[in-house]
Amino acid sequence: MHADAFDRYHPAESPVHHLDPRVKVVTVVLFILGNALLPDASWLAFGLAWLLLLAANDQSRLGLWFTWRRSFLALPFALTAVSAIFLPAGQPVFSFSALGLQLSVTDLGLLRFFSIVLRSWLSVQMAVLLVAVTPFPDILHALEHLRVPRLLTTIIAFLYRYLFVLTDEVFRLLRAREARSAGTQGHKSGGTLLWRAQVAGNMAGQMFVRSYERSDRIYNAMVARGYAGQMRTLHPHKMRVSDWRWQTLVLAALLLIQITGWIR
Amino acid sequence: MHFSPISMHIPDGLLNLLVSLLFWALTAAAVAVAISKTNRSLGERQIPLMGVMAAFIFAAQMLNFPVAGGTSGHFLGGALAAIVLGPWAAMLVMTAVIGVQALLFQDGGLLVMGANIFNMGILTAIIGFGVYRVVSASANRGLRLAAAAIGAWLATVGAALLTALQLWLSGTSPFQLVVPAMLSVHVLIGLGEAVITVAALAFIERTRPDLLNAEKSAQQGSLAWAWAGGLLSLALVLFSPLASSSPDGLERVAENFNFLSRGLSSPYKILPDYTLPVLGETPLSTILAGAIGVIIVFALMLLIGRSLSMKDK
Repeated sequence: MHADAFDRYHPAESPVHHLDPRVKVVTVVLFILGNALLPDASWLAFGLAWLLLLAANDQSRLGLWFTWRRSFLALPFALTAVSAIFLPAGQPVFSFSALGLQLSVTDLGLLRFFSIVLRSWLSVQMAVLLVAVTPFPDILHALEHLRVPRLLTTIIAFLYRYLFVLTDEVFRLLRAREARSAGTQGHKSGGTLLWRAQVAGNMAGQMFVRSYERSDRIYNAMVARGYAGQMRTLHPHKMRVSDWRWQTLVLAALLLIQITGWIR
Repeated sequence: MHFSPISMHIPDGLLNLLVSLLFWALTAAAVAVAISKTNRSLGERQIPLMGVMAAFIFAAQMLNFPVAGGTSGHFLGGALAAIVLGPWAAMLVMTAVIGVQALLFQDGGLLVMGANIFNMGILTAIIGFGVYRVVSASANRGLRLAAAAIGAWLATVGAALLTALQLWLSGTSPFQLVVPAMLSVHVLIGLGEAVITVAALAFIERTRPDLLNAEKSAQQGSLAWAWAGGLLSLALVLFSPLASSSPDGLERVAENFNFLSRGLSSPYKILPDYTLPVLGETPLSTILAGAIGVIIVFALMLLIGRSLSMKDK
């Protein structure tokens, strides 16, 4: 597998790509926080948030609809919120009974459902954009600057680096299982469900032992190259004047969205 | 890439601010303690180990097995990580896994990440390791594997229950729908998790017995873990059947105690037309019915654990 199979970075020359990663991380977190803060049914504010998102898309030169295409990722889970339409607050719109339950759809429940789906959809898009315009090691570096414990960011850095290697390992195991699981006509391949789960468990155990031993080799190789418990980076990441300017601008926009949402 | 019938990765927007921040605070506290504990007890050698283990959990979640009708189950790994790495290290490893899933793959949100980490990383570590720790010193291999199975199953069900409760507290789903739905699905998913965890542990014990022994477990966490895991499991076992068979009654209790409801935007009122065919008449009978069900599951797990260890001998 290619080493960049999991990489979500889309290289381009744009003002957003050149921003300090801290600015981008803070902006995304505040944007999502702002979405959660907005009251239900503040459609104008949700619209403004969407415009901000489109503007960010545009500025990143990835195309106005870049995040749109990947924005339906969280939709399956967001549909859990469908049950919000039955919330017992507000006036019932219509009722029916299913599975022995008397269910009534309420007007407040409907407003809540659409607000939740909108919030989720906007938030996912901003997160998609963040990883598209920032190399992952830079995000980690920004998190470190933002006081996320170094042990945690180091573990994540390792996870990111060896994910490709271990995924290849998983694919090899899966291929080996395929190769040994031939079926003939009239004869189902594979045993019972319990047996199949047990095989998957053995594969997980195999993976664990191989990963464990690999981490030993990695450690020795790192020590041989001068590792002393600290990861170093060549990127100093200094906040420039333009970074501060962008950050202020975005903060003002986010504040405006909040004000629009809360003033009726 | 990760397909499961009902995912437990909550996306942004589904939890309200209060619940999100509450669970971020709990998670941050647990992770801070975990960092100081691992820093004290582990050398620099453990950092690459935990990183690679995090990648292992991530990659192992791709090991799926066909269940039925085109769906497939896959492995979550929280309990296994806690049993082999110890609870504190497992919390850090799972935090890294869930963080990367959210950051890189948008599998779970950022503001709700605290809740996701708590459900799938911290709660699973406490229950998974706690239940295992009760018998980790025992020489009986079948007993230890059975405890691991029960721990993995309870951890999955517990995480699902907590997810459902968070959705309810946020005013996203009515209690009557989300709690029984999440519980009933994950009672089954948990069985798959239990079988995989046991098979993986049995494999590790056979090939690298040095990685998994009584002294190591004792070193990783004191008996207090057994108490914490045991009590949490007991609470879960008593609460779940009650919650899924007579949610109305439970909601009334919650209303009476008025817990958390002040900070919530949508007030909950019991409507008289919300009725469920309640199985038992009194709370006592539902608890009993639930307990019998749980005992049956436990017995099944014990049998599975025994039969697996017999086969290995």
